[in-house]
Amino acid sequence: MTSVLGISAFYHDSAACILIDGKIIAAAQEERFSRKKHDPSYPYNAIEFVLKYSNLKLSEVDYIVFFEKPFLKFERLLETYVAFAPKGFSSFAKAMPLWIKEKLFQKNYLYNKLKQHDKDFISNKNIYFSEHHLSHAASAYFPSPFNEAVVLTADGVGEWATTTVAIGKKNDLEIKKEIHFPHSLGLLYSAFTYFTGFKVNSGEYKLMGLAPYGKPIYEDKVKKLIDIKDDGSFRLDQRYFNYATGLTMTNDKFNNLFGQKPRNPKNEKITQFHMDIASSVQKVTEEIILKLAKSIREEYKIKNLCLAGGVALNCVANGKILNEKIFENIWIQPAAGDAGGSLGAALALWYVENGNQRKIDLNDNMNGSYLGTEYSQDEIEKELLLIGANFKTFSYNELIDKTSKFLSQEKVIGWFQGRMEFGPRALGNRSILADPRSNTMQKNLNLKVKYRESFRPFAPSVLREDLSKWFNMEVDSPYMLLVTNVNSQKTYKMTEEETKLFGIDKLNIQRSEIPAVTHVDYTARIQTVDRIRNKRYYDLISKFKEITGCPILVNTSFNVRGEPIVNSPSDAFNCLMGTELDYLVIGNCILDKNEQNQSLLKNYSTEFELD
Amino acid sequence: MIEFLKEFWEFLRIRKKYWLLPIIIVLIVFGGLIVLTQGSAIAPFIYTIF
Repeated sequence: MTSVLGISAFYHDSAACILIDGKIIAAAQEERFSRKKHDPSYPYNAIEFVLKYSNLKLSEVDYIVFFEKPFLKFERLLETYVAFAPKGFSSFAKAMPLWIKEKLFQKNYLYNKLKQHDKDFISNKNIYFSEHHLSHAASAYFPSPFNEAVVLTADGVGEWATTTVAIGKKNDLEIKKEIHFPHSLGLLYSAFTYFTGFKVNSGEYKLMGLAPYGKPIYEDKVKKLIDIKDDGSFRLDQRYFNYATGLTMTNDKFNNLFGQKPRNPKNEKITQFHMDIASSVQKVTEEIILKLAKSIREEYKIKNLCLAGGVALNCVANGKILNEKIFENIWIQPAAGDAGGSLGAALALWYVENGNQRKIDLNDNMNGSYLGTEYSQDEIEKELLLIGANFKTFSYNELIDKTSKFLSQEKVIGWFQGRMEFGPRALGNRSILADPRSNTMQKNLNLKVKYRESFRPFAPSVLREDLSKWFNMEVDSPYMLLVTNVNSQKTYKMTEEETKLFGIDKLNIQRSEIPAVTHVDYTARIQTVDRIRNKRYYDLISKFKEITGCPILVNTSFNVRGEPIVNSPSDAFNCLMGTELDYLVIGNCILDKNEQNQSLLKNYSTEFELD
Repeated sequence: MIEFLKEFWEFLRIRKKYWLLPIIIVLIVFGGLIVLTQGSAIAPFIYTIF
């Protein structure tokens, strides 16, 4: 038995994962334990969890691999500062102490941290370093159901690379081409995230969600910032950006181009301008991704595509690649961001470095991304009793019957089952569920349960066999990473008056039979649910369909805005008591909000820092 | 420290980036002094560079 521990940390979304004989046993993000969203610190708790889950002590682990190379990153830093000197001195002066004190000695730092897990861990000889984008590419290719694939990765920046194309064949993976810093699609998107007043590294989703409310009228201006070639390669005009040398993303020249300063989220509202900006940058991003996809399809003549890196979480762009039918098959790593780097680093070591054989699973090797913590019925009941919760326990069938009935009565349910998901999406194990047919559900969920902006859309979970009846899609999308249109038979056309409405006003129009999950442009971010990947969730939706005729539920992550997804029964209970959730269904227990001790109510709307 | 220096030298050799060496030496000597006298180093918020 050979084990590999993969670690990603010190940047954002720290995580750990463990492989045993190449099989992914467990993986989790540190934020779920530390309760700090996108926690970048050393993933002590995540490592403890994966070791415990696999019954290993750290000293028994054969290989430990970190997801990127600190020296190479330092090289990029120095060369960037030299290239831009004397500009960027203030950034340089802030960065260097950090590097010289700590980051340059990351191996030693890591070793010292690792020693805390096990006193018998006494050698750093088995600590390895992968490359950032190789880790991303490996996380996309090796768990995929393909024997051969072209792998496209794109994110903000790793060491030097920001976009790479790799070819995976059997157990080998080789990066063929790279686009280097400061030219980065992820940073372009982040620059606009910053400009529209959202937080870089977490607000990118919001920008994507905002895009359909606007019109791409600034497309030409966005294209002034970036030179796009026919093959999808690109260069950013650095005169408009400040990230390479400064401490902000954009500069005055950028502001002048668009005629406004970056929005201050504390005192400025989102306007039509920001929606049009979002729409424009989304359109340009899609154009680049489509060009890249087409050119690599033509160049390598491989029919399968794998995607990873933060940009691969742009599910609207992913949906466009799918709809254009550029590749026959697409597989996207569900933990496409840096958390997935821990998994990719471990897989790269196992296959590329050690040359082990691959076993392909036609459903992929990610176990539905259910790789995190789990609680037995006993543990759940003990923890609930300890925190003073009132609950009733039911049989499996009773639980499914009752929950689906609540859902059909437009109750909002916190659904906590099985193993926690790895990656940013809740896939039906740590989810808030609701009835998609309700016309007021989107607004209510946003404002009363999640405490987030009312414009943000919700995603549907749909039974796999009913997918094409409701949406224009025919392929599996188990990880909620593809956006497509709601089937036109299920949508309502807007009247002439309604089409004239702008921005958020469009939200109030009933757009389809499932308005809670139909975005203003008639699209939806799909999660297909099948019996193999998640039986309990499949049974719940099936029962809901039996009652209502609708094989779809609203599925949003079990948290409030700014909070990491719940990890333990206590986290879930706190969320129930701090929001307007109606019921919490956890294991085989059901908790009715009205039957809880009122002294345990929490004020959750201000509990977490806004993202 | 010796292991670190060895690994870093190896890195410079493989990457053929010897020209970075003088910068690094100056940085480590002066930077080391600054760090030792200053106490803690705090990362600024933008993630691009660090």
